Order: sequence, then C-alpha cells, then structure tokens
Amino acid sequence: MDLFEYQAKELFAQYGVPVPQGKVASTAEEARAIAEEFAAAGKPRVVVKAQVKTGGRGKAGGVKVADDAADAEEKAAQILGMDIKGHTVHRVLIEEASDIAEEYYFSFLLDRANRTFLSICSAEGGVEIEEVAATNPDAVAKVAIDPLTGTPDSVATDIVAQGKLPESAAAGAATAITKLWDVFVQRDATLVEVNPMILTGDGRVVALDGKVTLDENADFRHDLESLASAAEGDPLEVRAKEKGLNYVKLDGQVGIIGNGAGLVMSTLDVVAYAGEERGGVKPANFLDIGGGASAEVMANGLEIVLGDPDVHSVFVNVFGGITACDEVANGIVQALEMLEGRGEDVSKPLVVRLDGNNAELGRSILTDRSHPAVRQVDTMDGAAARAAELAAQK
Amino acid sequence: MAIFLTKDSRVLVQGMTGAEGTKHTRRMLASGTTIVGGVNPRKAGQNVDFDGTQVPVFGSVADGMAQAGADVTVIFVPPKFAKDAIIEAVDAGIGLAVVITEGIPVHDTAYAWAYASRKGNATRIVGPNCPGVISPGQSNAGIIPSDITKPGRIGLVSKSGTLTYQMMYELRDIGFSTCVGIGGDPVIGTTHIDALAAFEADPETDAIVMIGEIGGDAEERAAEYIQAKVSKPVVGYVAGFTAPEGKTMGHAGAIVSGSSGTASAKKEALEAAGVRVGKTPSETAELARAQF
Repeated sequence: MDLFEYQAKELFAQYGVPVPQGKVASTAEEARAIAEEFAAAGKPRVVVKAQVKTGGRGKAGGVKVADDAADAEEKAAQILGMDIKGHTVHRVLIEEASDIAEEYYFSFLLDRANRTFLSICSAEGGVEIEEVAATNPDAVAKVAIDPLTGTPDSVATDIVAQGKLPESAAAGAATAITKLWDVFVQRDATLVEVNPMILTGDGRVVALDGKVTLDENADFRHDLESLASAAEGDPLEVRAKEKGLNYVKLDGQVGIIGNGAGLVMSTLDVVAYAGEERGGVKPANFLDIGGGASAEVMANGLEIVLGDPDVHSVFVNVFGGITACDEVANGIVQALEMLEGRGEDVSKPLVVRLDGNNAELGRSILTDRSHPAVRQVDTMDGAAARAAELAAQK
Repeated sequence: MAIFLTKDSRVLVQGMTGAEGTKHTRRMLASGTTIVGGVNPRKAGQNVDFDGTQVPVFGSVADGMAQAGADVTVIFVPPKFAKDAIIEAVDAGIGLAVVITEGIPVHDTAYAWAYASRKGNATRIVGPNCPGVISPGQSNAGIIPSDITKPGRIGLVSKSGTLTYQMMYELRDIGFSTCVGIGGDPVIGTTHIDALAAFEADPETDAIVMIGEIGGDAEERAAEYIQAKVSKPVVGYVAGFTAPEGKTMGHAGAIVSGSSGTASAKKEALEAAGVRVGKTPSETAELARAQF
C-alpha cells in the first residue's frame, strides 16, 4: 500500500525524522486558513503540494510556492482537482517553505535479487535517481543492509560516506537514516524514499519529501486501515476490492476469470494472441478467484466481470488441482443462478474450459445443465480463440 | 533419483493440526509420502489419526528429527507464526523446509532467509507462498495434486501453482522426475537457478521446463546461468506479456516496474541463452515434448 506524502511525513515525524511543518487541506479555503496559521507564526511563505500517489507531480505543476495566505488559496484552487497521470488531486499539503542549501537522495528498499534490503544514497538529490544512476553511476551508493543487524549508527555513517554527502550534512543525515530504518522495519515498509533529503541554510537535515510503501501482508500487526484512503481509481476495481477479489481492470473486451495468479496471467496472454487475429480484441481484466473456486466467489467474480460494460464475452479458465472440476462446474451453474436471482443480466456468452481433476465429470455437469450463456471448449488455446471470436462478433 | 525429495524422504508437517495442515497431510499420505510426524508444542505426545494411520505429534522440529528421523518439513502455519517456524526448522538443521504459507510479511521472509544464510544454508528453503515439491511416485511435500502426472524424466520449476499443474497435465504422458513450485513472493528461498543446478546434476532428469512470470529479474539471471552451466535442454514459458505497468497481478512479486520485470525482456534473455520459449503453455509443452 502506497502512502501519500503527508502520511509518509507523519510517520517520519513519529519516529523523530525531521520534516517541515505542514497540514493537509482538501479545499482552497482550508489551504488559506493553514497558510494564515503559518503567517501568524512568522512563516508567510508556504509550499502547496498536490497529494497524489504518482511521481512527476512537480513537472505537472502540482507543486507551487505561495507568498502569503491569499496566494496559497489561489494556488490550492489551481492544484485541487488537477489530473496528474490519471490521479485526481483531492488534497494538498500546505507546508512551511524550506531554506534549501543542498539536496540529497536516500532510500531503503527491498532487494529481491539478493533476498535482502538495500539502501541507496546520493549527494545528487531532488531529481530522478534512475537518471543519476544512468548518467553518473559513481554518484549513487548502494549499500546492502543485513536484516539481522539493521542500520545502526556505524552502518548509517558508512552509507552517508559512500553517498559522498558533505561533512556538514553527514551527522544529521546518518541520524535521520537510523530513524528511517526504524520506520522501514517497524512499519513493515518495502520502500522508504526521501527525495530530496535537504540540508537547510542553518545546517539541519530535513526530509523534504517522502514516499512510503507498506506491506499489506503485515496487516495483522499494523493498523493499515487508518492509513488507507478511500479507494480511488476504477469503480470496478473498487467494488472488487470490497468483495475481496483479486481483480485488475484492463482495457479489452474479453472478461477473464481463472484460478491461480500464474494461470490467469497466462490466460490474458493467450486471449490477447487469439484476439490479434480477431479484430484486435483484448482481455478486459485480470481476475484470480484462487485455488478453491467456490460458487460464491465465482458468483462475485462473474458479477464484477459481467458488470463491466466493455465486456462482450467471458472466458472462465479453471484447472482443477485440489478442487475437482465437478465442484467448479456446480459452482458456475450456482453462480449464474445466484446472479439471475439478484436480477443481474447473464446473457453475455461464457466460454468455460475445465481441465484437470474430474474434468470429464465437470464438463458433463455443464452439458446437462445447458445454461444458454455457457459453451465449453476443452483446451485453453481453443477456448481463448472462441471467447475472442465471440467478443469480436459483438 | 529426482531432486530435493525422494522415496526415502521422511516428512514432518509444521501446522499439521490446523485445518490446511490436516487436509494436506491426508493428501500427502494418500499419495504415498512418508509422513513421520507433525509439530505442535501444545499437542506433543498425541497421535493424529489419518484414515487409520497414526501420526505422532512432536514438540519441535528437532524432536521430530531425533525421534523419527525426519529430514524434510512442510510448513502450513499461519503467516503470523511462519517466521518462527522457519527459524525453528533452520535451528534444527533439517535438510529441506517447504513453506506453503501464503501472505507472510516480506520483512519476516527476508529475516528468516538472512538467518538461514547466517547458519550456512544447511536448510534448503522452498517458498514461501508455493505449492511445494513433488517427485511423482516417490514423495509429495506440499499441496500439488499427486494424480496429475506420473514419474518420468522432465524436471519442472515454476513460480506459479496452477501453471505448474497445467504443465504437469499437458506432459502427463511423459512424466516428471521432480516438480518444484518456488513461489511468487518477492523474497523466496530456492530460486530457478537452484532448481536448474539440481536438475542438471540429476541423472534421472533429461530435460527441464522452467516457468516464470513478470516481476524481478530472476528469469534473466536464470538465463545467464543456463548459458554458462546447463547442458540439458531447457524449455521456458513466461506469463504476463499483457500485464500493464504498476499493477500487481495476483502474486506479490508479479509487478512490472518501469522497464524492468517485463515478460518480453525475460523471453529475450532466455532465448538468447538458447532456451526455447513457448508462447502459450500448450506450445511450451509441445516444445518440451519434442525433446523426447
């Protein structure tokens, strides 16, 4: 789960990482009121920052400096509602303007390849670190972190030295890094990134921006709900999430339901290949209903997929492993009946491919029940072709 | 001979008395696996009846090894307790720990892996979030259905559970020496490369099928390894060509980030290493079939 910048900075502050003072506003009036508070405290200059979970907001005009409260209101009005790479700005962070002397880069992240953690540190911050790494790799220090020993002072000092941060910032940066490690471990983050980490004119090291990704698997030991924002994005994805379904909306016409993440990914590919020869139809979604494939989960899945107006046909691709195909077949029939009972339209063609454990029995159940929407094809490639064809005919 | 798991393997189940553990212990027993015990400190000394077979419960992995000669453990405990279960297995020095549990926080897995490494990697870890390891006709450690295929001479290594089953099914007439599900999490114990190395050394494996998916660069590294070290024919498949950037496709590890982790890049790397890569699972199966 990605956090907004203001949430990341609240976490940083809780762990003693210096951050600029700031507050979140969701209207221009609120932005003005916050800026007035800063002005009253002798800090009239503020920065108005769009809160979106994507990069490149500066370039998109989502970060603006305001000279006073009236200006802050105006800038907030410009930024709120803005679309940044498909993300609508619902909130702005109003922050005291910082006196930036230098900008650095720092992050902790998961290093999959080495099955451990990594810190990245550079004296060249405030820009895309990938660009720095590409053009001047020596300027980017990558230091592996042993999960057993973490980042004590000695390691943090070494990271800062390897990142070639100047003497004036070294001690402050190292202290901030040990605290960022605490955030990383104690909050089960997979990414903690500070870009830029700045040195102020008066010699302090401050996290001017913050990006944090938390591991949802660790929800049993954290209150992630309080950090979760109202689900944004595609309404079908939001509904699917409410139903606990593993669903991703794509932009095609063939709805996909399958069991197991790998098989579903593979199904998308096979449908896309079949679609290339059939008017360019494409998969409409990713939906993994899991190994079990119960009738209720199948019904919920079908409801989401059939509820997508872009979907012309649906491909249900199930390999019966532990779950036998006769149970899956019964599940499909019950799911269709359940949906008809709920008054849903189930007339879109459903191509079903059942293979594996008790496939024959499963297929004969579907044949006997002869639901008008259901047609069966025995192979994955054949079924994908049929589903693509049906979608193309529409 | 197979890899990692043979007819002589003596298997413990951590979490045997839980719902999933019980269900799959019954299945593993039914497929002929030598299950020598479960592990649960609160139920140590009891026996659990599986359709007439009495399976003892030990207080620890170490007890199971000392008293029943266990050399493999399969872990079904809930995510919350998985790190401690893995560390217990590592501390006991058991040869193979197959971690089926899905949803373990990645900090826990990374810690457990670092711990195992510190101990010299005497315990091979497979998973987590994997279907397990099966050497058909010999032993089955995990949740892979044992009746899909028969013993044969193909070695299979895969990140994905159901794709593993699909491939086993497509090639069921030829059969498999061992199928290893390495799991789809960002941090896993045994990698494609580990399995490739073991299959290369296994006299009972003639060809290898490797299934990958988007995310990370494990397939690219496996390709380098194949080029340098594998003489047996390798056939590959990669899932996720149509996956968009930034969207997680079911597995926590399956995400395309920027230009890295794409299926095309993986396919290219594998083909450059001489691996024949199928467009679909069935085409991949045909490529594998052609090796026999």
